[in-house]
Parts: sequence; structure tokens; C-alpha cells
Amino acid sequence: MTQEPPDTGTRTSGDSHTADVIDASRVIVCCGSGGVGKTTTAAVLGLEAARRGRRAVVVTIDPARRLADALGLTGGLAAEPEPIELADVPGELWAMMLDTAATFDGLVRRYADDELQVERILENPFYRNIAGALSGTQEYMAAETLHALHGDDRFDLVIVDTPPSRNALDFLEAPGVLSRFLDHRLFKLLMLPTRGGLKVIGTASQPILRAIGKVVGSEVLSDSVAFFQAFAGMETGFRERADDVVALIRSPETSFVVVASPRHDTITEAVWFADQLVEQGVGVTAAVVNRAHPAFGSGSSAEAVTAAAAAEEAGDTALAQLWSNVADLRILREREQEVIAPLEEIAGADRLAVLPLLDQDVHDIDGLWTIAGHLFGHEPVAG
Amino acid sequence: MPPESEYPLQSLTAARVVVVAGKGGVGKTTVTAVIARAASGAGQRVLVVELDGKPTLADLLADVPDVTVMPISAPDALDEYLRDHGFARIAKRLNRTGVIDMVGTAAPGIDDVVVLGKIKQLERSSEWDLVVVDGPAAGHAVTFLTSAAGLADAVRAGPVRAQADEVLELLHDGDRCQVVLVALPETTPVNEVIETAFALEDLVGVQLGPLVVNGVDTLAPLPDADAAGDVVADLDADDARILEEAAAFRRSRREMEQQELARLAAELPLPQVRLTARPVAGLTADDIDAMASELTTEPS
Repeated sequence: MTQEPPDTGTRTSGDSHTADVIDASRVIVCCGSGGVGKTTTAAVLGLEAARRGRRAVVVTIDPARRLADALGLTGGLAAEPEPIELADVPGELWAMMLDTAATFDGLVRRYADDELQVERILENPFYRNIAGALSGTQEYMAAETLHALHGDDRFDLVIVDTPPSRNALDFLEAPGVLSRFLDHRLFKLLMLPTRGGLKVIGTASQPILRAIGKVVGSEVLSDSVAFFQAFAGMETGFRERADDVVALIRSPETSFVVVASPRHDTITEAVWFADQLVEQGVGVTAAVVNRAHPAFGSGSSAEAVTAAAAAEEAGDTALAQLWSNVADLRILREREQEVIAPLEEIAGADRLAVLPLLDQDVHDIDGLWTIAGHLFGHEPVAG
Repeated sequence: MPPESEYPLQSLTAARVVVVAGKGGVGKTTVTAVIARAASGAGQRVLVVELDGKPTLADLLADVPDVTVMPISAPDALDEYLRDHGFARIAKRLNRTGVIDMVGTAAPGIDDVVVLGKIKQLERSSEWDLVVVDGPAAGHAVTFLTSAAGLADAVRAGPVRAQADEVLELLHDGDRCQVVLVALPETTPVNEVIETAFALEDLVGVQLGPLVVNGVDTLAPLPDADAAGDVVADLDADDARILEEAAAFRRSRREMEQQELARLAAELPLPQVRLTARPVAGLTADDIDAMASELTTEPS
């Protein structure tokens, strides 16, 4: 379906490195700003892993159907891992979509003392709100899902497509969010320690609580008090689990792949993110730039412009149009290569793979295999 | 041919508040700048509201007359709202104790509602003719715009409830507010914009303005495959191959774009405004100028 593009100019230096990353990792986290092809990259890494005999599962957090689209699944993805049918590969590829609220519910079930506590929490309106909306909940539940899949014997490689995030480090920090939430001033106000443990105090006795109640309405406040009441006793379990998740994310078996498009703004974000990863002591394992214009010949855009002008001069309009087209495509490529340079510098040339824009959109397994072929230097595999 | 909007600028700015929305990477901020630039050129006093705290818009619009770029953040908007409505002491306490995010958590959507409330207040001001909002990042457009309805359901009384009601009034009035969706002429962005458009109509009941398709390859003339083959027949083999391959690549991308534009037109009954792809890897103010002039050229 997707044609082999001409001389793609894919940099080969990063290719074997990316293959090494697949072979050496138990977890791969793909990160980058929205619309740069993170999901496609995650799917391509998953396909290649299966080709190399791994049992890989790709988790997508994007509520849009990008992964389903990329894999050509018309019915969308389920919240449970489902096998993707692949012909002629020794390994396996599974895919699933993150269900934030269901994952949170699962954690509550795991750490609750009894069924009554589970019910009281799950039915609480305040819980329903934070389960979906607490800042960082989605990232935390992604990390939690990652942890669960890591411990699942069906898989030996987990690939996560992180949410596009302004603060790209949210994913790293998310497991701490709930702990911090439990350390929150309001929580402490509500749960004044007494000799017998935590005890919820009356809202009326605290001026600050009365003030908040005036703004948001008193029922919102009483729901949150009821939630903290119900949650009492579970904090320790949640904190320990969060620590486990953080340890997994920071383990040497976990790789971070920074994804960008060849545009100034997304490269800037990618460079910033790479900086932060280095600062956090995690480091960038690999960088991928998607959809760079392929090279057409080794000449410059200026040469093509000159050739177009000469053809025009000679009265050959069609030839002038053909050279102008080459000039257009070369200008784009030259500008893109310039923009990519800072990412190459921080990631290291041998860790950067630049993938070509294809002559068709990638929206099925064949298209993904074509990209995998470029990235890992093999012939496209028949889907 | 799919419908193209006849008077792009007029239809894009048909309401006083224009919320530009779209998924990450489609050029939402670019389109915001282009609309502001074109409206300023047509003599309007334009306020551009940016919500993501990035300096991009201020940079792109730095030299445009009669355009003000105003960043709005949720904590600031909530603080201001409380102060303006006789809750100065509460506002002070909320900030001092750092409980403001807690309030946001307890009543999700409160952040978005106070931001929309601030926009509503700016709309009422006589200082500007047009308010263009660079919508929230990556896929949150629906959440952002449904916040008021959600909050009105959850909170039965209090100043936040009153704010939610006023925001709903703004969103439901097509003369005052419309949403301009942005897409790229590619499969996944087209799928996503179709989904967003239906979600906004169903869940928010907001007026949808023309659909802006960003990054469309201008149809600079290119010989077809046969003609190209004839033209390059006498050239040296390397040049011939380069010219033919480049032309085939461009034709294939264009064909794909045209298919996606047609599919978009078939599935979404909205007029389309197409903006030409710029041959750059990062836009500057000059590109914004050029794109803005596309919105004001006479319909052919």
C-alpha cells in the first residue's frame, strides 16, 4: 500500500541503537508534545519488538483513537490488553488503552480493608471527581498500569505512549502526586491526628473550611470530608505502591524515548524535556524525529532554484516546474535539518533517528512496517 | 469540490468571542495569530487570550497594531473573581493556605469556568471589537467548554455557580461566541476534528464557525507523471530520477490531502477555510502576515 519512498536520507547512525534499546529494555516510555507522532513511534517500536521475538504490549493514554487508527483497528481499543494479529513474526504485540477511573478503582479495591470501605469510596462524588480530574491522576494511573503490566507474565516489554503534557515530567512525578495530595493542608485540617488515629473534624469549626464552602457550595465540601473519612487507613498502601512505581520508572530496565517532529517548537520542547531527564538522572535513551522531508538528490535548494530559472529562461515551463518542486522540497528539508540540530546535540548523534515523511499517511500496519523498515534498516514485513 | 468559505475573515470573526480549538500539532496557535492579524488589518481592535503560558503568540503578534495579547491563568482568574465579588478575605485566605488547587479538585471544572468567566467579562468591555482565544492545549477543548455545564450540575449555589450560569449564556449565544476548529489535511487529524465537532455540538451546544484546515499544499502547477517522463527523457539519469521522484512524492501527498479535504467536507457540514503550507520549520511574524492576507483576498 505505502510505497517505498525514494532516497529517504534516514540517518542510519541511530538505527542500531534503537534496536539495542528494544533488546535491552523491559519498559519503554515515549514522550513528547502533542501531534509529533508519539503513538506511531510507540506502535513501531512494538512491531519491531515482536519482530525481534519479544512479547510486547503497547499502552496508549490518548483518549483519541490514535493507536487504534495507527494499527488499523476500526473498533477502537479495550481497557484490557488485546493481541494484534501479525503474520510472520516470532514475537507478539498486544495493545490496550488506559482507563484512568477503572485503574484508580482497582487501587482502591486493593488497599481497602473491606467491601464496605470500597463502596463508600467508589460512590463518593468527590472521589468520582478526583478519579478523573485530579491533576496528575491520568499520569499516575498510567504509571500504575505500567507497573501492573510489568508484573504480568504474558509480556516481557511494556511500551507506554504518555499523555501530551505541558510539564512532560508529570509522568515521572505523578506517583508522588497522590502522596502529596494526602499530605495536603486541607487533608490535614480535616484529619487532625488524635490519640486513636486520624479523626475527621467538623467543617463548622474551621473558618477556612466555611470560607471554601461559601465559594464552591457546602455540598461539595461535605462530599470531600466524607471521602477523606472513607479513605482513612489506606494512605500507607497507596504510598508504598507509589514508591514501587517510581522505582520501576527509574530502573535501568526502563528507557525514555523522546519524540519530536522537525518543527522549531516541538524540538524546543523535546530538548527541554531531554534536559530535565538528564537532570533527574534518568537520561534520554533515544530520540526520534518523525516525518522529516526526504532528500531528493544530494544538491542544495539553491541549485534547484538555479536550474528552475534556467529552464524557465529556455522556455521549458514543465521542466521549470519540476525543478521548482525539487527546490520546494529541498528548502523544507534544509530548514528541518537546521531545526533538528539542537536535539541531536543533546541526545547524541548515535541516539537520534530521523524518520522520513512518507508519500502516504500512516494509518495501518503496512504503513507502520514501512516506518519500522526505515528505522531498523530491514525490508518492510508483509502485514 | 468541498465547500470553501467565501468570505473567510467575516465568517471567522462573526461572533465577538472566537475560541480556536484543535488537537496538539495542528497549528491552533498559528491560526489564532492569523485571525488576530487579519482582523487587525481590517480595522478591528483585537484582544488575544492565551491560556498555556507560552510566549509564542506575543512574539508572533509583537508588531501588529491594535492587537493586545493577554495571558490568563486559572488561579489568577479565580483570585480576581473572588476579589471583585466581595470575597476579598476568602481570596486572601485561599491563596495564603494554598488551598486553591484543592477547591479546583473538589469541584472540577472550576478552573475552566473562572477562565471562561474572565473571557466573558472581556467580551463585555468596549475596549475590544474581537476576542480571539487560543484554546487549551491538546484535546482539552471539549472538557474546557463543558466545564460550565458540569459545574452547574454539581454546584447548586454560591458565586461559582453564578459564574457557571453566565458562562453558559455566553456559550449558547452564537452572536457572542463561536468555536473555530483547526485540522490538518491528514487522516488522523481529520478523524479527530470530526469527533471533536460532534462532541462540541452535542455536549456544549456552542456555535461552530468555519473549519480551518492548516498546511494545505498550494497547487503550484506540476506536470503529471507522463508529462514529467517526457520532459526528463533527455536529461542525465541522476537528474531525471531526482525530478521524477520528487514530483511523484509531491503528487502523492497532494492527492492524499485532497482526499482528506473531501472526506472532511462530506462528514462535517461546515464551510472550510484553507491556509497554505509555509515552506518553513517554524513560523515567524512574516508567515503570519502572509497567511492573514489569504483570509482577506477577494473570493475567486
